[in-house]
Amino acid sequence: MGGFFDRLMGRDHRSANHAKERLKLVLVHDRTDLAPGKLEALKDELIAVISRYVDIDAAAVRVEMEQDGRQQRLVADIPLRGAQRKRRG
Amino acid sequence: MAAKVLTVSSGKGGVGKTTATANLAAALAALGRKVVCIDADIGLRNLDVVMGLENRIVYDIVDVVEGRCRLRQAMIRDKRLPELYLIPAAQTRDKNALSPSDMVHLCDDLRPEMDWILIDSPAGIERGFRNAIAPADIVVVITNPEVSAVRDADRVIGLVEAEEKGPARLIINRLKPEMVRRGDMLATEDVLELLAIDLLGIVPEDEHILMSTNRGTPIVLDGRSLAGQAFRNIARRLQGETVPLLDLEAQGGLMGRIKSLFRPGGS
Repeated sequence: MGGFFDRLMGRDHRSANHAKERLKLVLVHDRTDLAPGKLEALKDELIAVISRYVDIDAAAVRVEMEQDGRQQRLVADIPLRGAQRKRRG
Repeated sequence: MAAKVLTVSSGKGGVGKTTATANLAAALAALGRKVVCIDADIGLRNLDVVMGLENRIVYDIVDVVEGRCRLRQAMIRDKRLPELYLIPAAQTRDKNALSPSDMVHLCDDLRPEMDWILIDSPAGIERGFRNAIAPADIVVVITNPEVSAVRDADRVIGLVEAEEKGPARLIINRLKPEMVRRGDMLATEDVLELLAIDLLGIVPEDEHILMSTNRGTPIVLDGRSLAGQAFRNIARRLQGETVPLLDLEAQGGLMGRIKSLFRPGGS
């Protein structure tokens, strides 16, 4: 039984957790028909478009799918750079 | 009397659709309801053998739709439960022999005489599946606590919603409480969190299922079987009763309980 030692070493021995995490990701993309690669492309284009209007911290941009029940939501977090005054809250 | 039409579906094959259909039908009939099951898996008929009625087939569903027999002639009465009937699938035709509107008309003809019409959907999400859900008032999705079955269940739940037949209700079949306790099988709450639909019941893995299928007798008639108890409970929930979920933890016995104390995250 390696379970005890795995836990001691901080490794997750429980395969059900792997199943759950993998399913979470795969279901998000199945439901929206948006492959992980496409989400990256969307993010890059979003950065390019927004950068034309405002200076953003491109490296810190996050574009993620969130789940609320069976509803999917695309959430973008786009930090602005060096703004003296933010006009939008 | 106006029957409710319930379609049992799953996407993935082999998760227990046919067993669930046969046993829910038998359990509802044992509660005194008039029940007819329809095998919508044209070309791969199986509900007949699971119910033990394979030797009594004369006409099938395609014969009814194509006018070779009357509806009543294709309804096989069960051996044990007098108010349980089966309309078998055609074995030598394919799924295109039926259309969704054929299924709607067939069920409309049956509704006045029955309390429940249970449809066993074929695996997949093609024509056969569309036929099976077309007349449905309620869609029950069966899954196993396993990645491919859960993924396919999610697809089917989405399609049922898109067809405005939702929200589907979930049965988790073949759960092994001991593996869940060890953290090596998705727990009920994991599956519900992932699929985000209402739970209708949990059926534990049970050797008695295979034994009852071997004999062609429904497991719900076997008082000792835990899976049989689970199906009986689901039938009562379908009838509108509030029935608590089975305590599957208790089945691990004293040692199971003691062991679970030493396992993190055990359910």
